[in-house]
Amino acid sequence: MSSLVPMVASTVVAATPLIYAALGETVVERSGVLNLGVEGMMLIGAVSGFAATLATGSDAVGFIAAAFAGVALSLVFGFLTLNLQTNQVATGLALTLFGIGLSAFVGYNLAGLPVNRLPPITIPGLTAIPVLGDLLFHYDIMVYLSVALFIGVQWFLTKSRAGLTLRAIGESPGVAHAIGKPVLTTRYLAVLFGGATAGIAGAYLSLAQTPMWVEGMSAGKGWIALALVVFGTWKPTRVVVGAYLFGGVTQFQLFAQGFGLPIPTEFLSMLPYAATIVVLVIICRDPKTILLNQPASLGHSFHSAA
Amino acid sequence: MQLSKTLKSLPLRIATGLMLAAPVSAFAADPLKIAFVYFGPRGDGGWTQQHDVARQKLEEALGSAIKTTFVENVPETADSERVFRQLAADGNKLIFATSFGYMEPLQKVSKLFPDVKFEHVNGFKTAANISVYEPRFEEGFYLIGVIAGQMTKTNTLGFIGSFPIPTVLRNIDAMTLGAQSVNPKIKTKAIWVNTWYDPGKERQAADTLIAQGADAVAQNTDSPASIQAAQEKGTYAFSIDADMSSFGKKAQLTGSTEDWSGYYIAETKKVLDGSWTGNRRTRWGIKEGLVVMAPLNSDIPPAAVKVFEEKKAKIVSGELKPFAGPIKDNTGKEMVAAGATMADATASSLNWFVEGIEGNIPK
Repeated sequence: MSSLVPMVASTVVAATPLIYAALGETVVERSGVLNLGVEGMMLIGAVSGFAATLATGSDAVGFIAAAFAGVALSLVFGFLTLNLQTNQVATGLALTLFGIGLSAFVGYNLAGLPVNRLPPITIPGLTAIPVLGDLLFHYDIMVYLSVALFIGVQWFLTKSRAGLTLRAIGESPGVAHAIGKPVLTTRYLAVLFGGATAGIAGAYLSLAQTPMWVEGMSAGKGWIALALVVFGTWKPTRVVVGAYLFGGVTQFQLFAQGFGLPIPTEFLSMLPYAATIVVLVIICRDPKTILLNQPASLGHSFHSAA
Repeated sequence: MQLSKTLKSLPLRIATGLMLAAPVSAFAADPLKIAFVYFGPRGDGGWTQQHDVARQKLEEALGSAIKTTFVENVPETADSERVFRQLAADGNKLIFATSFGYMEPLQKVSKLFPDVKFEHVNGFKTAANISVYEPRFEEGFYLIGVIAGQMTKTNTLGFIGSFPIPTVLRNIDAMTLGAQSVNPKIKTKAIWVNTWYDPGKERQAADTLIAQGADAVAQNTDSPASIQAAQEKGTYAFSIDADMSSFGKKAQLTGSTEDWSGYYIAETKKVLDGSWTGNRRTRWGIKEGLVVMAPLNSDIPPAAVKVFEEKKAKIVSGELKPFAGPIKDNTGKEMVAAGATMADATASSLNWFVEGIEGNIPK
């Protein structure tokens, strides 16, 4: 039991940045836009958030700066793919490469400087409960906000009118345009939202998970977030479950090693990705699931004839 | 009109300029051009940074006799071959390749440029114009163990390993042997993260080891994440390559770092006076000043510091070898007999854990 608590805590911390990035990307993809630049936006968010917190000493300022930095980068993506109608896949990849380089350039002098870790919040009465308090009520504010974000995104996509419009645009921008829905504006807002959450996800790395800035510190988490969206078949609930599963498998793998369990580490490291491929195969074998979940216009540019 | 006049006089101006400039380069002795090839960015706070600091010291030491350049972020792929070729073609006569993975590309390029001298870190393939240099990391990690063994309260050490290659296994083994030399009850838990660099995963591994009772954790991955973890949990950690105490003043007890400048200056002088040869394999440790211990934490009690200093002095004098027998592996089999010392050749292909290490070596 005593080692279960840190295992769960570590899993939650590992999953939180994935949740931010993947939920944002879910909204983007639901609007029919595929932004492969998550990794780049996360790095820009990580370096901006770190720099802002270092300068001001405030974590809130850091996360806000990171969100704006992510928005700024996604604005570039939006302009290129939505206005100029460039290929979304190529533009997204370029955005990642650009983000990796730019963050390294901007952050050159920030390497090696420490900031204080985003502190866990204490909830009077709840944190003190033995075991349960440690398990559920001993995290930093961003962990709880990720749950709020999940509820918000879930509500937006399934219950709100605007969410319905966004999904309609993702399915068939032509029809949505014909009945007077603002395709470009909606997609822009979705892309900017994705940028903001990716930026926050990056700042979570540089301010909470490992409070430091080092080049390329996202180490592929942006790509994992992208895989998660597919793994969760574009449904926020499954995306969040997947994020905890991905985080949990890594954590379990490390724990198993510490206890000397004879499971090859490479096997466990591979599991989440193997699972993603299995999900992809299942989706492709069952056309109904595709129709139900994958946005039909995902990755296609929209050009109104009018 | 004005323009054509200017154009006409241009060749004359260039010629005058050349005449003025020519004598300068003809009379000054051409400096020896030296190039450094880095795997990571200079600002990585560890491995590559230490090489670049040494490059700057080399420039200070030898001044106008040499001219150094560097290329950073060179992947250990065919790309590096292109970089080495370019540097050799640019007239660099001495090239330091500072990552293990450049071994094969170097073999190819060295044949094309027989008059260029190559130095390769940690490799095992030499040539007429390639020499190899390698720090005795095991000395640093043995001393880390000496401190860890005295400071641990749980008698359990942790190690975050990147990949199960001999260099890394030597460090885990040496640390455990060093700790056991002062505390026979020592056990070491080893966890592989299968990456050189992933701060998030390193952090998770450190949290895991601490949760499983390891209160002094060393690592050979590249980020200071494990030091931050120890600082927060109130346990101990050790830095690698560079001093990382800014990430955990209380947590970092010491660390194994490198100062390459002595080696770089010595080799450059050999090239300058013509005594440089290829096919050499140099292993420098604490004695030669290549392996340098990071400053000791002031929380370490004086008695423990004394033991550390004594062992360090014995390593310098050659009286203490980290891999002196008897050494058993973690299945109980005797690997080095009492009175014997593991040969460098054996150490460079080491693939087993010493007794007292819990964990698996992926095969």
